[in-house]
Amino acid sequence: MFRNQYDTDVTTWSPTGRLFQVEYAMEAVKQGSAAIGLRSRSHVVLACVNKAQSELSSHQRKIFKVDDHIGVAIAGLTADGRVLSRYMRSESINHSFTYESPLSVGRLVVRLADKAQVCTQRSWKRPYGVGLLVGGLDESGAHLYYNCPSGNYFEYQAFAIGSRSQAAKTYLERRYESFQESSREDLIKDAIMAIRETLQGETLKSSLCTVSVLGLEEPFHFLDQESIQKVIDTFEKVPEEEEDAGEGEAEPEAAPVAAGTGEQGGSGDQDVAPMEM
Amino acid sequence: MTFTIPIENGNGVKDAEADSQRTLYPYVTGTSVVAIKYKDGILMASDMGGSYGSTLRYKNIERMKAIGKHSLLGASGEISDFQEILRYLDELTLNDNMWDDGNSLGPKEVHNYLTRVMYNRRNKFNPLWNTLVLGGVKNGEKYLGMVSMIGVSFEDNHVATGFGNHLARPILRDEWREDLSFEEGVKLLEKCMRVLLYRDRSAINKLQIAKMTEEGVTVSEPYSLKTFWEFKAFTNPTVGAEGS
Repeated sequence: MFRNQYDTDVTTWSPTGRLFQVEYAMEAVKQGSAAIGLRSRSHVVLACVNKAQSELSSHQRKIFKVDDHIGVAIAGLTADGRVLSRYMRSESINHSFTYESPLSVGRLVVRLADKAQVCTQRSWKRPYGVGLLVGGLDESGAHLYYNCPSGNYFEYQAFAIGSRSQAAKTYLERRYESFQESSREDLIKDAIMAIRETLQGETLKSSLCTVSVLGLEEPFHFLDQESIQKVIDTFEKVPEEEEDAGEGEAEPEAAPVAAGTGEQGGSGDQDVAPMEM
Repeated sequence: MTFTIPIENGNGVKDAEADSQRTLYPYVTGTSVVAIKYKDGILMASDMGGSYGSTLRYKNIERMKAIGKHSLLGASGEISDFQEILRYLDELTLNDNMWDDGNSLGPKEVHNYLTRVMYNRRNKFNPLWNTLVLGGVKNGEKYLGMVSMIGVSFEDNHVATGFGNHLARPILRDEWREDLSFEEGVKLLEKCMRVLLYRDRSAINKLQIAKMTEEGVTVSEPYSLKTFWEFKAFTNPTVGAEGS
């Protein structure tokens, strides 16, 4: 992005009607590691790539339980994400206490969006540098929303955010029409396959991804490593028709295979700023 | 019926001032409300009287009101506090509608909201002097609950307030069934209200019955119950009594 004279303050408009600070905040989301969400009529799956700072450290938590019926996956500044997750948990539990009833996802998302908007209209604040994929189930069905640093929110059948998310989005675009009626297992499989797209040739292992599910009669919870590995095993052995052969169980760490689905080439592992994941 | 809540401290004059800031006793009160679940939803009955102490002063007070699309609220106790509660609920339902998102407050949510309000007021020694009955149907599920002025709340298949607890509930315990039809339910409620009319001196013979089903709420026009006063014992009540 180019520097220009209208981008110092979030409360300064550019002559073309843009708030550059807000757009820069959305850039921060694109630098974070990928997070993916999909929904069917009865379930929502959130998945993300586990990125660790170094081999010595553990990976950052990017998916949070907000309530039994709502979960959130974040990409961007994880510290901002953690604070917003705490806000969401607080709103949810306060609603439950007063009304003995789960907070509907749509209302939670609007409150979150309004909170983000405030930061785009105060000179002493900065926008939150995190994108949130909020998935949840309420009496009007299963929902997946994406909340932006700009204060906008959108509802999706499936979406991906973060670095190399375009690959995942392309995969999801091909398949999203079947998601509404998907079974729980198919939905999970699609999520993991979408994660694989963002890995660009790296072998998909269960240690590299975190997957969470929620649905009717199924409160939000994480899938354990073995369950994830089982799903991976069902498709890693078979060469995919859509992909170039070369994915398969052999030779993981050798020279990275060119990704079959053409999208942004080039970007190997970017130098990730320490606070972003 | 006066009932003072003593708060001990050394400031005699200041006490009177502070006391004017909180409810000490009720002034215009409504008597019992009786409600039952029946096959298609909820039936609730109450009379239209507002007593000023022992005077039956107001004879046209509606003590049952619809709340949102799914709930019905009946109240006994201080009428002005009931009106205040209706204002709170008005605000609540208004905000709920403003979201415009297909979700709506059900009876369970309203009941719990009221429980929180009543309990919080009780904690400040400034209660809303009512016993509330909250009934409703949402998505086929029937709900009937009660909240008292000290925040005690529970659900049941049949509830009553005030004198209704002592006179009506025993009848309901004997005769209530899960699959009462509308006519049977009304007959049962009228039986309870008749007993209350005979025995509760703050009851008047002008009542309304409200019906709550999935389709919505209907509150009947006011009507009176037939009563019978020609019992032989009433013609000469003191015959055979000691000392007559």
